[in-house]
Amino acid sequence: MKEPAITQEIIAAHSLTHEEYQRILEILGREPTFTELGIFSVMWSEHCSYKSSKVHLQHFPTSGPRVLQGPGENAGVVDLGEGLTAVFKMESHNHPSYIEPYQGAATGVGGIIRDIFTMGARPIMLLDSLRFGPLTEAKNRYLMGGVVAGISGYGNAVGVPTVGGEVVFDDCYSHNPLVNVLCLGIAPIDKLFFAHAGGIGNPVIYAGAKTGRDGIHGATMASETFDEKSEERRPTVQVGDPFREKLLIEACLELMQTDTLVGVQDMGAAGLTCSSCEMASRGGTGVEIDIQLVPRREEGMSPYEVMLSESQERMLLVVRQGAEATVREIFAKYDLDAVVVGRVTGDGVMRVREGKRTVASIPAKALVDDAPVYHRPLTRPAWQDDIQRLNVDDIPLPRDYGDVLLQLLASPTIASKAMVWEQYDHMLFLNTVVGPGSDAVVLRLKGTEKGIAVSTDGNGRYTFLDPFTGGMIAVAEAARNVVASGGEPVAITNCLNFGDPTRPEISWQFAEAVRGVAAACRILQTPVTGGNVSFYNETMGKAVFPTPIVGMLGILAHISHATTQTWKETGDVVVLLGETREELGGSEYLKVCHGMVQGRPPTVDLELERRVQGCCLEAIRAGLVRSAHDCSDGGLAVTLAEGCVSNPDKPIGVDVNLADSLRPDALLFGESQSRIVLSLREADLNRVQAIADHYGVAVTLIGRTGGSRFICKGQTFHLDLPLSLLDQAWRGAVPTYFGQR
Amino acid sequence: MRFAIIVFPGSNCELDCQWVLHKVLGQEAELVWHKEKDLKGYDCLVLPGGFAHGDYLRTGAVARFSPVMQAVKQHARGGGLVLGICNGFQILCEAGLLSGVLLRNTSLNFICRDVYMRVETPETPFTATCTARQVLRVPINHNEGRYYADAETLARLKDNSQVVFRYVNSAGEISDEANLNGSLDHIAGVCNEQRNVLGLMPHPERAAETVLGSASGRILFESIISSGQALSSTSR
Repeated sequence: MKEPAITQEIIAAHSLTHEEYQRILEILGREPTFTELGIFSVMWSEHCSYKSSKVHLQHFPTSGPRVLQGPGENAGVVDLGEGLTAVFKMESHNHPSYIEPYQGAATGVGGIIRDIFTMGARPIMLLDSLRFGPLTEAKNRYLMGGVVAGISGYGNAVGVPTVGGEVVFDDCYSHNPLVNVLCLGIAPIDKLFFAHAGGIGNPVIYAGAKTGRDGIHGATMASETFDEKSEERRPTVQVGDPFREKLLIEACLELMQTDTLVGVQDMGAAGLTCSSCEMASRGGTGVEIDIQLVPRREEGMSPYEVMLSESQERMLLVVRQGAEATVREIFAKYDLDAVVVGRVTGDGVMRVREGKRTVASIPAKALVDDAPVYHRPLTRPAWQDDIQRLNVDDIPLPRDYGDVLLQLLASPTIASKAMVWEQYDHMLFLNTVVGPGSDAVVLRLKGTEKGIAVSTDGNGRYTFLDPFTGGMIAVAEAARNVVASGGEPVAITNCLNFGDPTRPEISWQFAEAVRGVAAACRILQTPVTGGNVSFYNETMGKAVFPTPIVGMLGILAHISHATTQTWKETGDVVVLLGETREELGGSEYLKVCHGMVQGRPPTVDLELERRVQGCCLEAIRAGLVRSAHDCSDGGLAVTLAEGCVSNPDKPIGVDVNLADSLRPDALLFGESQSRIVLSLREADLNRVQAIADHYGVAVTLIGRTGGSRFICKGQTFHLDLPLSLLDQAWRGAVPTYFGQR
Repeated sequence: MRFAIIVFPGSNCELDCQWVLHKVLGQEAELVWHKEKDLKGYDCLVLPGGFAHGDYLRTGAVARFSPVMQAVKQHARGGGLVLGICNGFQILCEAGLLSGVLLRNTSLNFICRDVYMRVETPETPFTATCTARQVLRVPINHNEGRYYADAETLARLKDNSQVVFRYVNSAGEISDEANLNGSLDHIAGVCNEQRNVLGLMPHPERAAETVLGSASGRILFESIISSGQALSSTSR
């Protein structure tokens, strides 16, 4: 088959700039073949090369006493003690999910799972962080329905429980939803595997599903903005087969028990191209592949198509010489292909042959490491001052605070998402001690007394209003959720969802948000172990809110520390850790009740944050805390209301007295940071007070649990609502949009 | 007792069943791959939940052709115990070891949540230590769990007390609200006429330890074990 000649049009169609093409000429010392051009274009796409983000991401703290593997591998690895490690990572699948929500989300789940078991870990949990436009629009309901069904359809069948996540709604996500999936697995510390092609002469084995034409140029597609023709790109979205992936998990984990595997990487974005050249680059070796040997499910595929296909459920393995039969036997048990397609070479070249004909020959290290790096111009947007301007005195006080509370509880961002997570198997593997719907999920670690707590968070509105603060809060809140659930935060992964980085305003948002995440990670001592960057989240020139999503991992010293957000008994006292300030900027209240996205987000003092978290964790570990709930979206009133109604089996009322002289709406619905609401036995109050004093944290007794009403009094307000009304607003809101209940 | 947990490609609750039987209840419990043809020496077979062969066709429709199924049938015919949970129940129905079929939930959604089920008859080896009308809190986790059988079959099941579990509310009362998947006659589990084969949609293995929220499903496994012991002591 003759490959087309390289023309200016073909170069442009591969989204390569003139400078990038010149660089290719330099590296090769000649004109690239068509296949080589395709390989460069996917490897140098934003999605694979991080060319616009690298200079910023280097500011992340990436090491710490528990970090065994930071960014740069398939996933990060954290030491959990007792010979166990957590392998975890988060990835976005925003673009495909907009184009084809079911398959987009499904393959997002499949892709991140492969990153985890590739390292030798059994994947034990998934979390999804989702952002959609308002549910009042049919298109958004379709997107959300499709994404949730895709996660459910793939995650349930592949046998990895989706134990929770979050769903947030805002207009800016209408034409560009965010689908970020976190997967975590557990591996013995002495059985970790890495993506290195080592040992010259070792066979390179292709394992898993056959290669088809789906997903060609998926990585490039994910590196461009949307226009009205985006739907025409459906063919670039891959199609997932969870059954095949389940078999692949079992076969790979079984293979990893034998002593044959040298290196392994999944074929995700940029498929066979990325996996082979990255493994060679990391191993300091070369790789030679004959694409005629690659199992295919379609006739007549060109080398270009085989190398760029993003067909799912495929792995590339490097095994010891002579181990081919063992590999074949294990994969045959699961009716999967495992075919030797090439070998590791010593010349550092990624060589692709079609039979005897060489169709690509590229220095692997240059392809991976010499990818362009851009210091994109940064400009603080001219409108940044305008959106930060907020005169609180201009905001009229609501007439009925009870109505406001009900409105907030029914706001889809705050309302119960049980309708979503009840479609996910969140119990498989018998680890789920605290499931979806509380601050963080808590899983036990079988064979130990420990547990892990994981939470995802990220407030796009805050980050839009002030990217640096938004970045800090994403980390602080994720950590707070972990602490409120009884865990000590130890490390993060992240997904950074932004617009087009070639626009200086977007690059500024990115740089600032990264700086914020980095600052918080440093002070809260939670290094970054990996993650992913998703740029070009815009449609018709309008970007989503800059949305950094942080996935926080925490460790519970003892599983009995697991704590949830709901009141446990009548007659307990309710206390607030931390202080409420007059902060309304960026709040859900301002958006829902006043239609404003305005002001500065709440301030966050990271040193105070650390003390509040330390205090809460110590009180939990001392067995003094019956419930703990981070105070965030919707403020104190919503936090208290959720304490009452979020356990449907045991709703318990509350009677609270807020003596503060702040503006009532700020007091009730403001989103001041570093606050946690606890309930405890009255007899334990003094001990909690003593711990708080030790940490220098304000602790205020604000009320008592009991009864079947939500009562909240202040100097100028008096809310008194039956729990049934709160429950109806909070639990009923999301299903109503989908015609249920 | 010696349990075999049959692992089909796509099964995913096998490790959970093994955990409960072995780690929690101290029984011998081995995983047996679906290509195995010999099941001699096992007292009870467990067909666990999951998506056998991907379940891209009707659930269980492919699994019934798995090589192991001949031996499963033989074991059942010989009076050995067979427990099918969720996908295992679907497979037993497809294989003709139990009556009825499992259709798509009326909501057309996958449902994963705790439900209450009532023990309709303690007169099976799987419910022997339960009291009649005992209410158990056990999770469901399925897309196709709506039990259906024709009128004649249903009448026969009822006449023979083969309906073992029904969905109820927390007070133990039959109600449509508690019947989340829309099962015929609120049926959550049935046994065969000989009462040695049981299938149910709820997952008792997910409710076997209090740390996970409920331990009330454990009684099924405890019943099996005590029935098994009774059986082996009579045979001695």
